[in-house]
Amino acid sequence: MKVTLKYFGVIAESAGKSEEVLELQQGLSVRDLKNQQIKKYQIQDAESVQIAVNQNLDKEVELKEGDEVAFLPPFAGG
Amino acid sequence: MDKKKPKKVFVQGAIPPEKIANSIANHQSKTNIGAHSIFLGQIRADEIDGKTVSAIEYSAYEEMAESVFHEIREAAFSKFDITCAHIYHSLGPVKTGELCLFVFTSSAHRKIAIEACNYFVEEIKANVPIFGKEIFEDETHQWKVNK
Repeated sequence: MKVTLKYFGVIAESAGKSEEVLELQQGLSVRDLKNQQIKKYQIQDAESVQIAVNQNLDKEVELKEGDEVAFLPPFAGG
Repeated sequence: MDKKKPKKVFVQGAIPPEKIANSIANHQSKTNIGAHSIFLGQIRADEIDGKTVSAIEYSAYEEMAESVFHEIREAAFSKFDITCAHIYHSLGPVKTGELCLFVFTSSAHRKIAIEACNYFVEEIKANVPIFGKEIFEDETHQWKVNK
């Protein structure tokens, strides 16, 4: 299944890109995807990273074709 | 009716002070209002390890941010008896001393306007996916984290 990954802030900086489309194995959990990418791009301060699947935070949903998974560093608005 | 309309929150660059004056002027015809409360976020020249912040460059997961702003508005209108509420947040670089957040709440009475304004600011800081790159005078940077 194809999933779009979006990276923001310091995470985009570590990854060297703000978006990519990955072909993932069916049934891969959000948690595993998060760990895999954190390792791949050596993202620091991993416990502060929040994941939004189709703009919803930290839901342990099953990933499916066409999902948008965003890797969000700590918020700094205001 | 005011609360149902999704509103554009993000503005490119600093929020000009004239926008605050104009917003106040735009409410003079709404005579059921007895109190406005305004919060303005300004970029502070923090000194970190001997280097001084000269600007913050804001970015956001814009689609999600717009929908979170909308949810915050809906929650605020159900919690507080406010007449109207306006929020503006910067994207892109904002220099020290310039404004990056403008929250404007109006109500018949002061307490509600003030409480609602505080609610908006706290919710925005905690829940909206906005990211800030603190740029130092020597052009190095670090990423801001809300306390």
